[in-house]
Amino acid sequence: MKRRTTLKMTAALALSSMFGGAALAGSHSADPIVIGAVAPKTGPLAGGAAVTHWPNIRLWAEQVNARGGLNVDGTMRMVEIIEYDDQTNPGETIKAVQRLATQDEADFIIAPFATGLNIAAAPIFARYGYPQISVSNITDQVEDLASKFPNMFFTLGSTSAFASDVVRILSEMRDAGQLTGNRIAMVNVADAFGIELAAAARPLFKEAGFEIVYDTSYPLGTQDLSPVVKAAKDAAPNAFVAWSYPPDTFGLTEQAIIEDLQVEAYYTAVATCFPAFGARFGAQAEGILGAGGVNPDSEAFKEYAAAHEAATGAKPDYWASATTYASLQILEQAIEAVGLDREAVSAHLKEATFTTVLGDISFNENNFNEAFWTVGQWQDGVFRGVAETGREGASSVRVKSGWGS
Amino acid sequence: MDIFLTGLLLGGTYALIAMGLNLQYGVARIMNLANGEMLVAGGFCAFWFYTAGQVSPFLTVAIVAPLAFAANWLIYQVMLRPLVKRAKTRGQLESDSILATFGLSFVAVGLMLAVFGGDYFNYSYLSRPVTFAGENYGLNRVAAFCGAVVICGLLYLWLNQSRAGLSMRAIATAPASARLVGISVGHLAAIAFALGGAVTATGGALISTFLTLDASTGVMFTLKALIIVIMGGVGDVRGTIVAALLLGVVETLVASLIDPGLTLAAAYTLFILILLFRPQGLFGRRQT
Repeated sequence: MKRRTTLKMTAALALSSMFGGAALAGSHSADPIVIGAVAPKTGPLAGGAAVTHWPNIRLWAEQVNARGGLNVDGTMRMVEIIEYDDQTNPGETIKAVQRLATQDEADFIIAPFATGLNIAAAPIFARYGYPQISVSNITDQVEDLASKFPNMFFTLGSTSAFASDVVRILSEMRDAGQLTGNRIAMVNVADAFGIELAAAARPLFKEAGFEIVYDTSYPLGTQDLSPVVKAAKDAAPNAFVAWSYPPDTFGLTEQAIIEDLQVEAYYTAVATCFPAFGARFGAQAEGILGAGGVNPDSEAFKEYAAAHEAATGAKPDYWASATTYASLQILEQAIEAVGLDREAVSAHLKEATFTTVLGDISFNENNFNEAFWTVGQWQDGVFRGVAETGREGASSVRVKSGWGS
Repeated sequence: MDIFLTGLLLGGTYALIAMGLNLQYGVARIMNLANGEMLVAGGFCAFWFYTAGQVSPFLTVAIVAPLAFAANWLIYQVMLRPLVKRAKTRGQLESDSILATFGLSFVAVGLMLAVFGGDYFNYSYLSRPVTFAGENYGLNRVAAFCGAVVICGLLYLWLNQSRAGLSMRAIATAPASARLVGISVGHLAAIAFALGGAVTATGGALISTFLTLDASTGVMFTLKALIIVIMGGVGDVRGTIVAALLLGVVETLVASLIDPGLTLAAAYTLFILILLFRPQGLFGRRQT
C-alpha cells in the first residue's frame, strides 16, 4: 500500500512537472490544500494567459504561503498549486479538469482562461461540484449558463456592457464636441469574441445616431492588416473601433500609425491594456481607447501591481490581471469563511461580499458581478479606466490627437 | 497599383517564410514541420538583441544565421540522418521525417516557452511610413522585402552558378543519379537542411520587426510555408518566389476589393486551383 502511494505520488509529480512544472509549496504541519489550475501555456491564447492568468496564480500562492497558509477551521494550511497546460484546446481543458478532480483530488480548481475554454469546462466543473469563478469569460449568455451551471460565477463583465459602453463613450465625446462627426469605421476579428461584440455594437451605434461607414471582419491570425486600415481610412471616419484580439490589436495599431489614420477616437479591444502595448507604441499610444481598465491610482491596485512585479518580474495588465487576482482573493475568503466543503463555498460565494483589489465584489442572482471596468484609455503612459458599471475612480476621456511620433 | 505594391510587400514576407522550407524539403527531402519554430526562434533573437542592446534586427542576422545553420546541421546529423539511412523509399523518408519533425516542433515550443516565456514579444522597429506614389507603406515591411530580394537573389545565383549549388539542384532533381556522378548526397543534404534553417531564422528576424510573435505561433508559419512550397513546386527557388508573390497579391486584392474576411478562402482557392491544374506546382517537374 505504502509503495503504491509513493509510486502514485512520484507519477503524479512527474506528470505535473511534465505538463508545465508544478509549483509545489511544501508544508509540513498540515496537509496542503490542493488547488488545480488549467490554462494555455501553448497554443494561440498562450500569450494572453502568460500576461493575465498564470502570474496571478503564482503571486497569490506565494503570498498565501508566506502568510503561513489559509485558515481552515482553525488550522493554517499551505496551498499547493498543480498546473496543467491545455494547449488552448477545449478537449484538453476538459481532460485536465477531470484529472485534477479524480486523480489529483484537488480541493479547488481555478477557472480556465478565455470564454470558449471556460464554457467548455463548465459541465465538468458542475459534474464534480467545483465552483468555477471565471474571469476572462465575457458573454451575453450569463443567465443561461448560470441556470445550467449554478456554481459558475462571472467577474469580468458581459459582451453587451462592453459594446454599449464604447457606444456611450463615443456618444458623450460627440455631445461634448470632441467628435466632430458621427462616422464610425468598425472592424472585427472573425472569432467568437469579435463577431459577438460587432453584432452587439452595430444596432447600438445606429440607435445612438452614428453612421457605420466601414464594417468588415478579418480572419484570426491575419498577417497583413494594411488593406483593412487603408479601406477604413478611405471611409474618412471620425472614430475607429476594432473588436480585436492580441496579435491583430498590435497589427492594426502599427498600420494605423503607418497610414496616419486621422481619427478623434481610436479603439482596439483585447490587449490594448497590456503593458507591452504601451511599451511598444510609447507616445503614439497616447489617447488610444481599449477594453478594460482599472483605477491605477487606488492604493489597493498600486500595492497589488508592486507585489505582482516583485513576484513575477512583470507588470500586471490594466484590466483582467487585477480581476484574476480578485477571483483568487474571493476563493481565499470563501475558504476561510466556510472551509473546504465545495458546496458550502459555492453557497457562500452567492451570498457574501468580498473585499478585493478592485473594491468590494458580490454576485447577483445570476452569479454575475455587476460592477466592472469596460473602457480604458492610455493617458500619459498609463492605461486608465474611463468607463465602468459601478467602480470608482474613472478618468475623463480625451481626444486622440494624431500619432505624434 | 497601391494594391499591387501592398501585395508584393506581403509576398516578400511569404517568400521569407517559405524559402527555407523549400531548401529543406526540395533538396534534403525533409518535410520539416518544425520550420515555423525556427522562424520564431530567429524572431526572438532579434527581439532580444533589440530590447537588450538596441541592435538592429538587420545586424542581428549576422549572428542568427550562423547559429541557426549550426543548430540545423546538428539536428540533421543527430536526428534525421538515421531516418535517411534506414528509409528504403522516398515515401518512407517523407512520412518518417514528418513524424519526427512534428515531435521536434513540440520540443521546440517547449524549449522556447522555458527560455523566453509565453508572453508576446514585440517591439517597434522602423515602424515609420515611407511614401511612394502618394501612398504610405511601412518602412519595416519595405526593408524586409528588400531582405527577401537579397536572400532569394543570392540563393538563386548560388544554386545556378556555383558548383555546390549545382550539386544541390542535382540532388533535388535526381538523388540516385547525383550519387553516380560523384556528389556526396548525404553531406550536401545536411548542408541544404542547415542552410534552409538559417534562411528561415533570418526570415524570422526580419519579420519580427512588424509581426507580433509568441512561442507557439510557429505552426501558423509552417502551414503558410507548406502551401507556398507546394504551389511553387518542390525544390525550385523561382517557384517559391512566384508562388509567394502571387499569394500576397491575391490576398491583398481580395482583402481590398471584396472583403478582408475572404483572404484565407482566396489563399486556399488558389492552392486548390494550382493543385488541380498543375499538381507538380508552378515550376515543379512532373514525377516520372
